[in-house]
Amino acid sequence: MRFAVVAFPGTWSDWDCIHALRDLGQQAERVWHRESDLDGYDGVILPGGFSYGDHLRCGAIARFSPVMQAVSRLAERGRPVFGSCNGFQILCEAGLLPGALLRNHSLQFRCQPQYVRVERADNGFTAACEGGQVLQLPISHGEGAYHAAPDVLRELEETGRILFRYCDETGALSDDANPNGSLHDIAGVLNAQGNVLGMMPHPERASDPLLGGTDGNLLWRSIIERWG
Amino acid sequence: MALDHRALGLIVPDMTDADRWPQIDDETLAQIALSRDEYIRACELLDRAPTDVELGMIGALWSEHCGYKHTRPLFHHFPTEGERILTALGDENAGAIDIGGGWVAVMKIESHNHPSAIEPYEGAATGVGGIVRDIFAMGAQPVALLDSLRFGPLDDARNRRLCVGVVAGIGGYGNCLGIPTVGGELVVAPEYAGNPLVNAMCLGVARREQLISATAGPAGSKLMLVGADTGRDGLHGATFASVELDESSAERRPAVQVGNPFLEKLLMDACVGLVREHRDWLEGLQDCGAAGLTSSTVEMAERASAGIIIHTERVPRRERGMTPYEVMLSESQERMVVSVKPDHVEDVAAWFAQWELDATVIGEVTSDGLARVMDHDVKVAAAPVRMLTDAPTYEPASARDPDAAARVAFDPATLPDLAPAAANAALLELLASPNIASKRWVWRQYDHQVGTNTVVTPGADAAVLRIRGVEQALAVCTDGPGRAVELDPWAGAVRAVAEAARNVGCVGARPIAVTDCLNFANPERPAIYHQLRESIRGMADACRAFDAPVVSGNASLYNESDDGPVLPTPVVGMLGLLARPELAVRSAFRNEGDVVLLLGAGLPQPASSLGASEYLAVQHGLSAGPVDVDLEAERAIVNCLVDAVETELLQSAHDCSDGGLAVALAESAIGGGVGVHVRGDVGERLDAALFGEAGARAVVSASRDVVAELSALAEKHGVPCTEIGVVGSDRLIIADVINVTLAEASDAWENTLPKLLD
Repeated sequence: MRFAVVAFPGTWSDWDCIHALRDLGQQAERVWHRESDLDGYDGVILPGGFSYGDHLRCGAIARFSPVMQAVSRLAERGRPVFGSCNGFQILCEAGLLPGALLRNHSLQFRCQPQYVRVERADNGFTAACEGGQVLQLPISHGEGAYHAAPDVLRELEETGRILFRYCDETGALSDDANPNGSLHDIAGVLNAQGNVLGMMPHPERASDPLLGGTDGNLLWRSIIERWG
Repeated sequence: MALDHRALGLIVPDMTDADRWPQIDDETLAQIALSRDEYIRACELLDRAPTDVELGMIGALWSEHCGYKHTRPLFHHFPTEGERILTALGDENAGAIDIGGGWVAVMKIESHNHPSAIEPYEGAATGVGGIVRDIFAMGAQPVALLDSLRFGPLDDARNRRLCVGVVAGIGGYGNCLGIPTVGGELVVAPEYAGNPLVNAMCLGVARREQLISATAGPAGSKLMLVGADTGRDGLHGATFASVELDESSAERRPAVQVGNPFLEKLLMDACVGLVREHRDWLEGLQDCGAAGLTSSTVEMAERASAGIIIHTERVPRRERGMTPYEVMLSESQERMVVSVKPDHVEDVAAWFAQWELDATVIGEVTSDGLARVMDHDVKVAAAPVRMLTDAPTYEPASARDPDAAARVAFDPATLPDLAPAAANAALLELLASPNIASKRWVWRQYDHQVGTNTVVTPGADAAVLRIRGVEQALAVCTDGPGRAVELDPWAGAVRAVAEAARNVGCVGARPIAVTDCLNFANPERPAIYHQLRESIRGMADACRAFDAPVVSGNASLYNESDDGPVLPTPVVGMLGLLARPELAVRSAFRNEGDVVLLLGAGLPQPASSLGASEYLAVQHGLSAGPVDVDLEAERAIVNCLVDAVETELLQSAHDCSDGGLAVALAESAIGGGVGVHVRGDVGERLDAALFGEAGARAVVSASRDVVAELSALAEKHGVPCTEIGVVGSDRLIIADVINVTLAEASDAWENTLPKLLD
């Protein structure tokens, strides 16, 4: 597959994502945010970072970058769009995903290994996982508390669009296992069509055995199997 | 605060005609932190009175911060050369070390103590910003940050506020840049109460051909200022960093700058990319740090043996009505000066525009050796570059602090030994001491993984970084045992280097270079100067023993407050080279049944090993006793550890330092989530056997089938190797006197900082 890995001013996980995808034999190219044409790419990654320094609100300025129109068009065509960390925040600001990411309830930045539970494995992003499987994926954010209006949360629950929840090692949900105060322990959500995923954890940081984990590769492999 | 500098050893021109020069009032001199004699020296060298702008420039460049007035005469002690070392100490913004395969590592450590005391968040944040610019000014990509922090006791609200603010500031800036913060220290002692220490270290990597000098280049080259607009923030920051803190210091808040990490990220990406793609457009690249445009441009000219002319009206401002004086001395952050070949000015401007950064020609390089400053058509400064950078140096009187001399002579054997029944409680208390307790509370607020190269994450003896395209990996750590240095400056400084070397040795890396941050109080006092001089000698001797030259560093003097001087704290940043990243060994025990061995001196220890220990501080409220060091043994154990890691004999390795053997065992057990059972004769002193801090020791674990091979290897290196126990169970059992559950130990160790600081 040929991935566009979008870099906004302030993005920093771009190369991490590129390395993770290239290590799996995929094409991954860094695309500057001023690019308005993503034709020719099979999928888009919006990586983590502090686009525009988080000024105003995380992702609030990046959503106006020219590339976001092209990202929307690609999403409409059913291609996979995956945002992690700041990429998730940008997708929410751009309206491609519902909800918003607020400041962690600890009011502190958190960088740590984190368990997440795969809520469904019949989706393009998790086809290589088992339903209910517990993955270990690092988190690294100060504003990752997922919030949405009650009716939105209800809809997300009823339509199976919550793809990952924070959990403990056994897959159990609890306040202790929720690192940021996200409602319903939400770590990642899908759009209605199932081809846009936003999540706070960083799969690209769990894609190399040298760094202590490879659970992130399950996500990349799923995308490649479904859309490749 | 009039000082007689001649009495302190200043060599000033003959003052037969001091009245030749215009009178200057004390207040003006105090503002620029020049002594009256220094003012007269400046007049003599210029053969006229300086203009206002020149006076400000001289004050900044002759400040302790920029001019290294008290430390420069001591730097000759340091070993600075080696086959890997590519830069001379102090010549560039950071030191460069050949790491093989055409790659170089670039590193430096720097203090931001005074700003952090006044405004902890921004003070610490801009400290990170400054050290990162020093690295990319060399053309290197910053790949790791470390932070060495010292505060007063955390049961005091003011110290807590400083600690929480500093940690948030480091995270707030470093996280936004996308550079992982991979290590450092947090040490607490009453002496740091009024004057915290905030040292930031940055490590970068570059292809060797991408290294760029901070030189002005030949006459005719254009000087372009890139990045932030210039404002009034940080005026006199360099001079502020060179005086003692007192109750009026809070009023100097304008001397503290405000950081914009987003702008720095753009500047970093643009500069690193520019040097990588278009090295041929450039003559030099320089960070605009302390003393702003003054130090950056004058130092660039000095390196080129050239002159410069700066047109202050061309400098983009963020405030109206700024004077040339303010423009030249502003310490607005996130600015770089680029010396550009005249034909490529447009190209460079267009390059930076891709990042929405302005690059403005503000001056050019000249051949007359003068630093000239123009405000439109008015010449406001024209002083020789050599004169500006030739800060006076001082070698003041030196005398051993009698109080420390008395305390170092204290014999811990005169204290009653620890009762066996009190051993469990003593261990738990030590594990809960902020100096030993887990620093997870700190580093979980730092992104330590971005870049996906952090092979060994914080909390280990040293962090390990993979460098893509390089077979070897880099290990980094910092160490600065202030209490030991206060008691015995030479031996304490040796210990700082030896501990750092052992830390990189434990992960399997051979020490190759050192960067150091000298944090001391007012060197004009004999006891402080003695500490400074002797600890430089100690570091130098130890660096020589490890063949790890000093490549860069920073001196931060006048660290004292109304509460008194800080502990003398030379912080050593150590770089080690590891054969392959996948070999890296961690401190945590891994497998039940593995054999636990003690490398170095065995279980029984003399009472003297308790000198300067955390145990004496916690249990007896004492900072006393001898600081013993054995450089030959230190070198042997590091070589032994590296060989053992390279031959894949070790499952874990952990340095025995603060809290001694019992704490090292507890930390390895807690980290691995598995207990340990240690047997053996503790000798005559239980306290020393458990908590003595003799150097040159490490706790390792290995599978049973390689123990013989490991023992033979240790013997070859002349390192004692004692089998002391086995990994297993959920208890920590040591010599039948300590018997606690892993959960108890873990609770004491893990929850101390969250309880104090959340």
